[in-house]
Amino acid sequence: MKEMKEKSKSRTDAATPDTFDNDKWVLRLYVAGQSPKALTAFANLKKICDEQLEGKYSIEVIDLLINPQLGSEYQILALPTLVRKLPVPVRKIIGDLSNTERVLVGLDLLQTN
Amino acid sequence: MSRSSNTLLNKNLQKSPTGIQGFDEITCGGLPTGRPTLICGGAGCGKTLFGMEFLVRGATQFNEPGVFVSFEETNEELTQNVASLGFDLDQLIRQKKIALDHVHIERSEIEETGEYDLEGLFIRLGYAIDSIGAKRVVLDTIESLFAGLPNQLILRAELRRLFRWLKVKGVTAIITGERGEATLTRQGLEEYVSDCVIMLDHRVTEQTSTRRLRVVKYRGSIHGTNEYPFLIDENGFSILPVTSLGLKHSISNERISSGIIALDKMLEGKGYYRGSTILISGTAGVGKTSISAHFAEAACKRGERVLYFCFEESPNQLMRNMLSIGIDLKPWVEKGLLQFQATRPTFYGLEMHLSATHKAVNGFKPHIVIMDPINTFIIGEKEIEVKIMLMRIVDYLKSNQITALFTSLTSGENSFEQTDVGISSLIDTWLLLRDIELSGERNRGMYVLKSRGMAHSNQIREFILTDHGVELQEVYIGANGVLTGSARIAQEANESAEMLTRKQDIERIKRDIDRKRKSLEAQIIALQTNFESEESEAIKMIETEQDSIKRLEQDKIEMAESRKADDDSPAI
Repeated sequence: MKEMKEKSKSRTDAATPDTFDNDKWVLRLYVAGQSPKALTAFANLKKICDEQLEGKYSIEVIDLLINPQLGSEYQILALPTLVRKLPVPVRKIIGDLSNTERVLVGLDLLQTN
Repeated sequence: MSRSSNTLLNKNLQKSPTGIQGFDEITCGGLPTGRPTLICGGAGCGKTLFGMEFLVRGATQFNEPGVFVSFEETNEELTQNVASLGFDLDQLIRQKKIALDHVHIERSEIEETGEYDLEGLFIRLGYAIDSIGAKRVVLDTIESLFAGLPNQLILRAELRRLFRWLKVKGVTAIITGERGEATLTRQGLEEYVSDCVIMLDHRVTEQTSTRRLRVVKYRGSIHGTNEYPFLIDENGFSILPVTSLGLKHSISNERISSGIIALDKMLEGKGYYRGSTILISGTAGVGKTSISAHFAEAACKRGERVLYFCFEESPNQLMRNMLSIGIDLKPWVEKGLLQFQATRPTFYGLEMHLSATHKAVNGFKPHIVIMDPINTFIIGEKEIEVKIMLMRIVDYLKSNQITALFTSLTSGENSFEQTDVGISSLIDTWLLLRDIELSGERNRGMYVLKSRGMAHSNQIREFILTDHGVELQEVYIGANGVLTGSARIAQEANESAEMLTRKQDIERIKRDIDRKRKSLEAQIIALQTNFESEESEAIKMIETEQDSIKRLEQDKIEMAESRKADDDSPAI
């Protein structure tokens, strides 16, 4: 949980996506509070990223209960939602990310493998 | 639900007025406060607009801010679309009276990877509601979610939760839904939103479109159950529940002239009642419009305003034609007392006509409304619908104390006493014009078929169009029936000839008697003179006789004196 908060704070680091090269992955995880689904999603995401994108990703966690106005930027309805901001195009993955294969499809990581 | 608990709920059920013209009357106050209402209907029937007007009116008239969550249109599109109806959303948004939220979901961008819920939507909605203190919410059209989210099980569970959540929030919500094949909505939203369901419908019959609204259900409240026609025009929604007015209009005893003296005479010598409904029916070319024009002119002369709906002729044509029978309507138009509204009945649907009538009447505030002719509406419309529309017009005009004059064209084969539109029961005074074919001529006859509340004439009058207007002539009832036209003129000639002879006879007799009297008088005078002369002769003789007697006596006395006779000796 501490990890999540840390990442949440680090949001500003990822605020200038243009400076990243194409290989830099900027991910955003939208959650509502620290629900079991949110925790599972974060854990799953961390695991996948560590396996697939080691060292070239940043995760930003946005808690809509704290910042509800941020929900409309990426048309967030379902929670949790993972948004791949970079590389473009923007992709959205909903659910707790427990289906790893589908997450990889959603992130376009299957082909790169 | 038992009846008693139903009435109990009704007492307690709070309603939020929509401010939409006519809708609050149908639903006895508006939508259920703090509950979701489902508005369903096909594409383009006005669901979004209904929702938007509900919010705008709520924000502007009832001080209830509202949130519009659009699943289809973007905020800019929405603002533009409703600007054409006179709603300035931008300003309302600035004033924090309305919040727009465009919720967009793209199926191709979404990958499902396990358990999720729609908390994000709840949070956004909750945020929007709290940011302006909204009391009203519109979700338009939430069914789009079904296209965007693949897992229907989750979606349905979440929708159920959403509607419950809206209730807990205490907002009055409108949820719109596209109409389904067999169900009210494509995704069966009526399962979740069941407090109040309103159905909008957009039907095209015989090339004219009509919008209709129906309250399918309204838990805990009484409501009108009919299909109500409605319109979307520059003032937004307007529903016409005029049939619910009831028969409560106040009535007037004032009488107004029909503009034709002879016709007034047939109606107790006073004319029509103010605020009554007059129907003039007849076959083609019998002079229905002429009678209408007379009425219009008479009203204008009294200084009253007349609204003339003509459905067959253009105003100029009508004025020209009326000039030929000596009715000049142009000055009244110029003075602003007479206004023409000319539209083809097929130009738009019945409801639009109804609304156009309402608008024109509201705008012009006439004393008299003339519709000429009403049965052209039947083209392409069902009779019953026309009747309902006319009933609404009649109700509306009556409740405003406006005298209405309708004309109706009957076709030759039809029974005369049945108008095509079948509105006879709505009519107070019914004049029937008919043509009478006799001895190679076609003449016009007129009679009062009915006139409520007055002892009207039962006579058929011959109806003549002259260059100085309509004239009504007595008709002759001869052995062959009613005599009109030249037959009547011949009869009149006959009669006047007879009269002349009779007159001459009388004069002759008078002269005879005169002469007799004169000769008698002459005789009397002659006899009298005779008598007088005889009388005077007789008097003369008597006088002479008396003189001679006196003389004799005198002589006797003298003689006696001379003879010294005794005094007592008898004379002679």
